[in-house]
Amino acid sequence: MDFEDTPELADFRARVRSWLDANAVRRTDQLFMSMEGEEAFREAKAWYKAKADAGFACLSWPSEYGGAGLTSLHDVVWAQEVENYRTRDGYFVIGIGNCGPAIQHFSTEDVKRELLPRMASAEDVWCQLFSEPSAGSDVAGLRTRAERDGDNWKINGQKIWTSGAQYSDYGVVLTRTDPDVSKYRGLTLFMIDMRQPGVEVRPIKQMDGGQHFNEVYFQDAIIPDSYRLGEVGGGWTGALTVLMSERLAISGIQPTGFPQFLDLVRSLELNGEPIADDPIVRERLATWYSQYAGLQAANKRMITAVAKGGVAGAEASLGKLVGAVMNQEIANFCCQLFGPAGIVSDENLSPERGHFQHAVLFSPGVRLAGGTDEVMRNIIAEQVLGLPQEPRADKGMAFKDIPTGPS
Amino acid sequence: MNFEFSEEQQFIRDQARNFLAQECTTQTVRAVLDTEAAFDGDLWQKIVELGWTAMAIPEEHGGLGLGYLELCVIAEELGRALAPVPFSSSVYLATEAIKRWGSAEQQQQYLPGLASGELIGTLAHWDGLGGVSNGKHSGDNDGVRASDGKLSGCKWPVADGDSAHFAVTSARDESGELRLYILDLEQASVTRQVLPSVDPSRSQARLDFEGASAAALGDGTVGESELAQLLDSAAILLAFEQIGGCQAAMDSGIAYTRERYAFGRPVASFQAIKHKFADMFVALELARSNAYYGAWALSSDAPDLPLAAATARVSASDAFYLISKENIQAHGGMGFTWEFDCHLYYRRAQLLSAQVGTAPHWKDLVAQRLLHAA
Ligand SMILES: Cc1cc2nc3c(=O)[nH]c(=O)nc-3n(C[C@H](O)[C@H](O)[C@H](O)COP(=O)(O)OP(=O)(O)OC[C@H]3O[C@@H](n4cnc5c(N)ncnc54)[C@H](O)[C@@H]3O)c2cc1C
Repeated sequence: MDFEDTPELADFRARVRSWLDANAVRRTDQLFMSMEGEEAFREAKAWYKAKADAGFACLSWPSEYGGAGLTSLHDVVWAQEVENYRTRDGYFVIGIGNCGPAIQHFSTEDVKRELLPRMASAEDVWCQLFSEPSAGSDVAGLRTRAERDGDNWKINGQKIWTSGAQYSDYGVVLTRTDPDVSKYRGLTLFMIDMRQPGVEVRPIKQMDGGQHFNEVYFQDAIIPDSYRLGEVGGGWTGALTVLMSERLAISGIQPTGFPQFLDLVRSLELNGEPIADDPIVRERLATWYSQYAGLQAANKRMITAVAKGGVAGAEASLGKLVGAVMNQEIANFCCQLFGPAGIVSDENLSPERGHFQHAVLFSPGVRLAGGTDEVMRNIIAEQVLGLPQEPRADKGMAFKDIPTGPS
Repeated sequence: MNFEFSEEQQFIRDQARNFLAQECTTQTVRAVLDTEAAFDGDLWQKIVELGWTAMAIPEEHGGLGLGYLELCVIAEELGRALAPVPFSSSVYLATEAIKRWGSAEQQQQYLPGLASGELIGTLAHWDGLGGVSNGKHSGDNDGVRASDGKLSGCKWPVADGDSAHFAVTSARDESGELRLYILDLEQASVTRQVLPSVDPSRSQARLDFEGASAAALGDGTVGESELAQLLDSAAILLAFEQIGGCQAAMDSGIAYTRERYAFGRPVASFQAIKHKFADMFVALELARSNAYYGAWALSSDAPDLPLAAATARVSASDAFYLISKENIQAHGGMGFTWEFDCHLYYRRAQLLSAQVGTAPHWKDLVAQRLLHAA
């Protein structure tokens, strides 16, 4: 057992640190301007390009696909260091974290060399088109149709909650190719060019006022068969790869809110007293730290298992569940701590430039996105602990016969 | 970097698990719980023969010269089996104290006996509801005083205090400094009284000293900071006992709810129950991961060992409480019976979270150590 860096990793860590110092804003630095919309997006692309040029993007991907050809341990080191800075990686996580691994697994060599390097340098932005109005937790209940049309596929239907679709050049889309078989067997997974007339993106305003997710409408959108990921009718396997990669990707970077909380406890005085001396604050600090430290160590153990040839199991759901819940609890606790001033989210008046007020409003979404808390618990209970499944009302039915609402 | 135990360590763990599955069933635990016995002498003898008490003692003192990681995997198995033996008192506390700070003569005098199991030691530190370590004194017990090599005062609870041969004892010397002493418990000026406790499968005692002769541990300067180090390393080893207990309790709940039917289906298929187990799994994985990190920090004497120890302690105590109580809930009425084993885990969770200090104390240490870290 050894939690210490090897000399090579220590050297890598030092390089990461000095590059970040030169190219990113420290988390504790108050001078980070918040940006919205197009401006923020352009900044983010420029930042990611610089990161890729410096050789820090997609660390564990092979170099022919635009990666650095390093290991998942390098990913861990990067994640640990970057936590001390504010970066704008958010736009690219879905492509690189979720879609990239599935493409590497299921696509042809030509397509991989064509698309992956541009993804890895953030030249192309990707989105994940799974959820639909009638298919969220039960995503295999989706109805967007893909029909063969010579060497192409024709796509019709609607997706919803698609994060970053408005910025995306490509997407990974899960479709129904056969409604006459059971819901899991009639699905097919594709890559789709989002910049085409048959694709229409309409942003949705979120409860926190932001607009990161969208509705996406397909009207005879075209996908060449060479963009298919896996077998026709084998889309569920591919989808699970995407979802598992997502949990693995976020398990290292899932926002927990803890580092910001620690910064606050270290620096804030209330009524002339350091909050670090308050027993209630100390109790919360200790409890959340023990969860936060546990997540970090659990993540390292998972990576050790993967490095030894194991597969990242459903255990990755743990990071999503714990992080998302803690994130909301911390945000709420801090706003309460500020007293009546806690509801004010003014950048100049509120501690940490209103970070916690913003987090209070955004954190409910984190508990839903990428699989809800409840779905995470189902996965842990059924797939890790092997508990029996819920009885299912749609078992053995053809997709088209499954009830979709009160009759 | 590698965040797993080595194959050799896993082999030791498997052997320990198989041995204890044979030799330490919950019937073994109940035999101590139900009677006046302080511990299971037969089991203790077999454990000694397997060399577990000698594990982390250097070879020149009759030990096996292995490290803390080996001890951690053994601790996990002892915790899983709820072993009713004075292992933690003698090995994690008494042996460690003498190994680290004892004089050459003291090491020569005690370590071979501790290794061979002929000697059982413990730590006598807590002053009942008083608390010498933080300088507060309660009316009924203001701790133990040392003067001219004689100790007077009272300590409780002392784990295995009724059966141990000696205790590493904390006391205030004439200048008010907390110091550690080695004290023979078989002398006339020591009175031992067995105390009833929440977990009678492990014994607790009150020790009263009336001018009992004691030798200063090591060079006589061993005090507050060494004691903190001792409790830190014990906290990590106890965290392994706790996660072993967590796993056993959770496994028993899963097995029971799979077999038990209600409304025509296994209780384990109800989501309210499944989500309970998911939450238990989460708590256990976090605790296990913190314990692993602590084990590494202990074995490599890492600079963040104190924080890692407190973190492992907090998370293991929280996890064992959660799992042991929800395991009772998942068993329904059967879980509340004496006959079912649920209460054995619940009791042990209470005991282990009290030994070496309870949650508020360790949470405060986490906060203190985290805030003082760079
Ligand atoms: C900020 C945000 C970003 C998102 N980004 C994307 C994206 O980029 N791409 C994409 O495809 N999707 C995205 N989603 C969609 C997300 O995956 C779904 O919202 C989520 O899976 C839940 O589905 P739903 O909204 O249909 O809720 P429902 O499935 O209708 O769930 C409603 C409630 O029922 C519970 N529930 C449902 N089934 C069960 C069950 N079996 N057991 C117990 N409880 C159950 C849920 O936990 C929830 O509490 C995003 C969502 C959010 C909030």
